[in-house]
Amino acid sequence: MAADPTGVLTGQHYLDGNHAACEGALAAGCRFASGYPITPSTEIVERIAARLPRMGGMFIQMEDEIAASITLQGAVWGGKKALTVTSGPGFSLMMEHIGLAAMTECPCVFIDVQRGGPSTGLPTLPGQGDMMQARWGSHGDYEIIALCPESPQECFDTTIEAFNLAEQWRVPVMVMMDECVGHMTERVIIPSADKLSVLDRRWTTKKPGEYRPFDVGADLVPDMAKAGDGHRLFVTGLTHDERGYPVMNHKAQEKLVRRLVDKIRLNADKIAHYEEDQIDGAEVVVISYGITARVAQRGVQIARDKGVKVGTMRLIVVWPFPETRIRELAQKTRAFVVPELNYGQMSLEVERVAAGKVPTVLVPHGGGEVHDPEVIAEAIIKAARSVS
Amino acid sequence: MSDNEGTKKPKKVLGTVHVDRDRCKGCAFCIEFCPTHALELDKGFNAKGYHPPVLARPDDCNGCDLCGLYCPDFSIFGVMTKVA
Amino acid sequence: MSDTATNPVNPYLRLERMPSIWCPGCGIGTSVNCFARALTQAKLDLKMTSIVSGIGCTGRVSGYMSLDSFHTTHGRAIPFATGLKLANPDLNVIVYSGEGDLMAIGGNHFIHAARRNMDLLVVCVNNFTYGMTGGQVSPTSPGGATYTTAPFGQFEEPFNLPHLADSCGAVYVSRWTTFHVRQLTKSMREAMTKKGFRFIEVISPCPTLYQRRNKLGDGLDAMKFYKESSVVKNGADTRDLNIGFQTPITVGNFVNRSRPSFIEAQNKRYTEVFGPSYKPYPEGPHGNGANA
Repeated sequence: MAADPTGVLTGQHYLDGNHAACEGALAAGCRFASGYPITPSTEIVERIAARLPRMGGMFIQMEDEIAASITLQGAVWGGKKALTVTSGPGFSLMMEHIGLAAMTECPCVFIDVQRGGPSTGLPTLPGQGDMMQARWGSHGDYEIIALCPESPQECFDTTIEAFNLAEQWRVPVMVMMDECVGHMTERVIIPSADKLSVLDRRWTTKKPGEYRPFDVGADLVPDMAKAGDGHRLFVTGLTHDERGYPVMNHKAQEKLVRRLVDKIRLNADKIAHYEEDQIDGAEVVVISYGITARVAQRGVQIARDKGVKVGTMRLIVVWPFPETRIRELAQKTRAFVVPELNYGQMSLEVERVAAGKVPTVLVPHGGGEVHDPEVIAEAIIKAARSVS
Repeated sequence: MSDNEGTKKPKKVLGTVHVDRDRCKGCAFCIEFCPTHALELDKGFNAKGYHPPVLARPDDCNGCDLCGLYCPDFSIFGVMTKVA
Repeated sequence: MSDTATNPVNPYLRLERMPSIWCPGCGIGTSVNCFARALTQAKLDLKMTSIVSGIGCTGRVSGYMSLDSFHTTHGRAIPFATGLKLANPDLNVIVYSGEGDLMAIGGNHFIHAARRNMDLLVVCVNNFTYGMTGGQVSPTSPGGATYTTAPFGQFEEPFNLPHLADSCGAVYVSRWTTFHVRQLTKSMREAMTKKGFRFIEVISPCPTLYQRRNKLGDGLDAMKFYKESSVVKNGADTRDLNIGFQTPITVGNFVNRSRPSFIEAQNKRYTEVFGPSYKPYPEGPHGNGANA
């Protein structure tokens, strides 16, 4: 379906990634946002605080990120599409409610504009150190979806995609930006509402009494109802049955948690979203995401200029990890090179899926700045030589 | 024990209680706070091993439902059966 | 026993979930009776009434009530309820949780929701301990009482909850014990039909942990103590409502005032700033579904 035109700022704009992400949320139909100020994400909540009141929406600045990350879930059960926004230290505080959203299958979107960490780290400088936290940060076993934009335009696009994925799969979806992408200003084209694809919530058509809130069909995703619909919902973070009622035993745990995991794992190929270039015949494939993918382009060009056949794969959906495709690539190429602004996070996934078929070379960087493209080029050339 | 005992005037308000014996956990709030002291603990046990209340003095019950308000296990409640 | 008579609390319960997990002599169920009767008396539209709890013994109330029930994370019932209310102001949103949940881990959310005058009724069952985890010291634990995590006696100053709520801006504040069932019902009814941040503290026995560990007898002994040692002082200065170890407990309705709720204040401000083009955010019913 098409977006509600009142939220769509159709036209050509010169926006930074943070402002573009805010516009993406509004275009996707987000009418509730809860936030807490934190560099380098603050511009998103500043813009949404100014925009929402005049389009019938609601923004509230909460007392901390713990509150912000559950206030939006209350709003979802009240019927709204909802967003919260943060950066590393706040993302750490939100982990409790990533787990709640996974357990209660609450469709909602978290934006994390990554900065250098750990702890307070480098508030105004980039990092990509929250990638594993996005996947594993809350306790227990569950699945989420995470996306990684590389430009302001993609901040707009992936935020809409995040809302759509949240509604389709009923999981918390994270947009893993970084300080560079958040503060980079470029042209952003916002299409008219009728050109945007926006998913509605999967509202149940069943009547009170017939509806069981956590019953599922073939895609393993339950249809939803909101408070006030007359279903006398029971939503709990405890292990629960199809009615939502707590059941404290291993059978209920197996049935519920298996489904929460399977609904994403079994559909990972449908959720996957990546871009590839010059894969055919590539000796080395560079796998990267976010700002590092843009920096890597320069490194790839340097290596190509020196005669190395380099392909690239840019992850847009990073979680679920695109295992199928990377397993295929491991049969085609001779080495993976993974530059990232951390000391090895997504590279571990590449290495796991490559399963020893081809080597995986990490090009680490602690953050605070982006890679020197020459360093990436060197790693590519070295990897190509070592396997030739 | 009723004040009416000597005069034998018919009571204006009569009531009774209903007890779901198996919900009871034997706290005795209902017995202690019954304004007419109409309830007692049953000598028998329920399925969980508690002594539920019984209406020992039915004539004294006015159906005020204070027992129902106190009962933390939703086991007892009072109803008026005759209001003059 | 007549088959036609129904316990007046039954229509409000998920009967298939009975019996409750609460211990014999626990007062939480007593407070639920008062709550159910207040719902009837206040004529709330039950379809549009949601109950939100955190974690703990009292946190189980939401899941026993046949309303839209939200059993959230520990301490976070109020921010969840905030989102629910703001997303659909037509909902009556009631938070029902314990003092450990609302006032320790959730204390920050409590004071800010009161400050904002968020349109929520908060019922806090205070039994002076963490029951679910086995009798640890809580933010209202009185001096001298012993706990598994205060084995030599509590020495911190406890919170005076009505004073905390009052000073943070709550528009309705009362405290009753589970002995005061009629008064508690009446306060709940009044609070349900009022707008803004409303707070009711319910002092309740915890026979298994607080009473037993401190040699205070069972639930009935606690109820008798409340009967003998409570002092009703409606309108009392909330600064005078501290509770010591087995000291008299002042109960009553202490605060009943009006100030703009969060949404009302926002609408007022934005109407001033944006002028007549601003479409006010829906403010919802004044408690009982009828706009006052």
